[in-house]
Amino acid sequence: MKLLKLVPDNTNIRFLRWRVPFYAISLLLIAASWGMILTKGLNLGVDFVGGQMIRVTFVNTPAAPVAELRETVGKLGYGEPIIQQFGKPNEVSIRMRLPEGSAQNADLADQMARKITAAIKADHTDARIDGVDSVSGKVSGELFKTGMQALLAAMVAISIYIWVRFEWQFGVGALFALVHDVSLTLGMFALTQMEFDLNIVAAILTLIGYSLNDTIVIYDRIRENMKKFRKMPMPELLDLSVNETLSRTMVTSLSVLITLVALLLLGPNVIFGFTAAITLGIFVGTYSSVYMAAPILIWLKVNPSSFVPTETEIERQERLAREGA
Amino acid sequence: MLDFPRWKQLWLWSITLLACLAALPSLLSVGGVNLPDSLPSPKINLGLDLAGGSHILLEANPEQVKRQRLETMEEDVRARMRQADPAIRIGDISTKDGTVSFIVADPGQIDAAREQLQTLTSGAQLTGQRDWDLQVLDGNRIVLRPTQAGIDLAISQAMDTATEVVRKRIDALGTREPTIIRQGSNRIVVQVPGLKDPAALKSLLGQTAKLEFKLVDSLALPSDVAQGIAPPGSEIVPLEAAPGSNQPAGAIAVKRLGGIKGDRLTNAQQSFDQQTNEPVVTITFDQQGGAKFAKLTTDNVGKPFAIILDGKVLSSPVINEPIIGGTARISGSFTIESANQLAIALRSGALPVDLKVVEERSVGPDLGADSIEKGAIAFGVGTLALMIFMLITYGRFGVYTNLALIINTLMILGIMAIMNTTLTLPGIAGFVLTIGAAVDANVLINERIREERARGRRVVNAVEMGYKEASSAIFDGNATNLIAAVLMFAFGSGPVRGFAIVLMIGIATSVFTAVTLTRMWVAGWLRSARPSDLVL
Repeated sequence: MKLLKLVPDNTNIRFLRWRVPFYAISLLLIAASWGMILTKGLNLGVDFVGGQMIRVTFVNTPAAPVAELRETVGKLGYGEPIIQQFGKPNEVSIRMRLPEGSAQNADLADQMARKITAAIKADHTDARIDGVDSVSGKVSGELFKTGMQALLAAMVAISIYIWVRFEWQFGVGALFALVHDVSLTLGMFALTQMEFDLNIVAAILTLIGYSLNDTIVIYDRIRENMKKFRKMPMPELLDLSVNETLSRTMVTSLSVLITLVALLLLGPNVIFGFTAAITLGIFVGTYSSVYMAAPILIWLKVNPSSFVPTETEIERQERLAREGA
Repeated sequence: MLDFPRWKQLWLWSITLLACLAALPSLLSVGGVNLPDSLPSPKINLGLDLAGGSHILLEANPEQVKRQRLETMEEDVRARMRQADPAIRIGDISTKDGTVSFIVADPGQIDAAREQLQTLTSGAQLTGQRDWDLQVLDGNRIVLRPTQAGIDLAISQAMDTATEVVRKRIDALGTREPTIIRQGSNRIVVQVPGLKDPAALKSLLGQTAKLEFKLVDSLALPSDVAQGIAPPGSEIVPLEAAPGSNQPAGAIAVKRLGGIKGDRLTNAQQSFDQQTNEPVVTITFDQQGGAKFAKLTTDNVGKPFAIILDGKVLSSPVINEPIIGGTARISGSFTIESANQLAIALRSGALPVDLKVVEERSVGPDLGADSIEKGAIAFGVGTLALMIFMLITYGRFGVYTNLALIINTLMILGIMAIMNTTLTLPGIAGFVLTIGAAVDANVLINERIREERARGRRVVNAVEMGYKEASSAIFDGNATNLIAAVLMFAFGSGPVRGFAIVLMIGIATSVFTAVTLTRMWVAGWLRSARPSDLVL
């Protein structure tokens, strides 16, 4: 039986040759992402800004009466609702943020949710309320804070772990790759204005873990090769390491993608954003492991000697004796 | 390395079998089969987002507890000074700036007043900490300032009572297995699975149910009342226009003293008014309350009295005749549902503090069922596609990988069942992702064996090296994933935690299945087949 090989044996792509332009592009992308985040902002969901989200199915109607709904809900005076179809044409989500400056009113989000559901039910007898999320201003503030804390703590904790297990340069490299991944993912959310909620934070945390997994496999090989080929110039050694692990990188990324695509196409609509974020992250994460995490080691001047056991006095004398002979 | 003595094989197989068996009850129950109760059947709980139901976070305002405490203290001080022998005359009593302060008319009585306050200010706790600090200003003004310890205790006690009342009210709804937990200093989490009408639950919990009967001050001028000015000894209580009634919104002046409070109730039931056939709530007083109510109604026949619920007038009927049976009827343009709700609220007792719904996540049963179905299909299809991919990429080693994958799935389910964890919707995503990532260990090993073979190592040697060399990357990779999962669990809330739990369990089981089990199988094959070449 002939087995599938995604990466032919003895592949030797000179990834590192293009490190400067790739770095330039990536730094530009990071800058663009942050520009986007700061100017356009993230489309924060009710988890983080407070308000309510109601999911409604119109049981006897082929398509949800979006225009009428907008009017029904708009009339209540809380502002203009965001109405989106999700799943079938007769399923919609109606999102309404807390009005400005009302974060102190503890149960306003709840009152809004009650009035909105009551109004919808009164106008449309076939409306089935499938789900209600209402979050008050105080709780949403807490959720946002802990969400951001989790992201920061994960990035720092993982970098420290790598610093301890490898060398400080690797820790910095990993952190850089993480900043890259997180920035680009956030930038993508700012660009597409896809809803950013608590689930997306979980998705990014997962992505951090996954992307690091990739980086570590490559770093592990770099460390191994540094012990093996002490005289090899760094760019060459890094290329060799990336190429050697390339087959694994491809197979694993593809494996995860297969399951994610299944979830994306067939899975519940409610977690679409979550799955989409992880899927996007897999691409960004794989790229950053190869093009960001490895080249930075050259600039950080990783020294092969740090991975070689230091010579004892006896060994030195033996070597000198050998060389002298 | 590839040496697996029989005892070790037995040991590994029994762990595997045990974990897989634990998954059985959960899997069977999804298929509609339930094991007899006599068998131990650990089960995975379905989260509210899958089973349908409501998660409600209630919050009390600690300021309210503090304010109430000051007001109670003011009343207590008045009563205590009046009861003292000889009575201590006080003046200018007020609750300002979070303190209770008053003037003792005769400065000579200051020490007597202090003594009277002794029991009021020392805490009921065993720690001996005081609940209030006492200060004497200018020789005649006493200032009582609540201590932090006293405030904390009061809030804690109020929350304990509130949690109990919430539990009683939810139980009265007849829902199955609600979870009611105090969270932090002033919050209560309520989780009710399979609830049909979350709105009714919320209005029930949002009701403080503080019931009062007070006499209407018929001497108050309507123009004054409209402006919010009450005659001395009276107070203004708002009157809400009930939907569907011709009662106008406005306000009523009621007498401060001489009323009855609802804490003297023994029962409350929804019933109907025999004449109008309108839904009403019938309440039963305890003996003391009944006697007081009889006296109130006997003394005031022909006058209106106000039924006040949570600071708003429900109705103000005229007392037609003395009510001496110890039961009374509360009318007030109810529907059957709202009357029933009020009856439940009154039976469960009043909440010591107002509770507000600060977070709600409700999922209808249809959406939950839809999520499970779609999640299961996505999982099945994803896993099948992945297994085919592994098979065509790694051949025989792919078979081992796939076998490990199946066992891994069962083990995650089994461990979740043993730990009695909750499977949430993001948990299903975590599941799918774990499966995708779990093959990584095998990919690393298999790729490594390929490499070692390409370098010219002999089969057994290459396999051995493959497992050995891949282990450090596998370890580090899983450790970083674990760090992310632990932080997700620590900082995350609700559904995100569900995801983190699956991820953590998945990391542990995948290392076991992908590394240890496959190594055992590969070793067995190598020993029995003694292959001279590998297809990999």
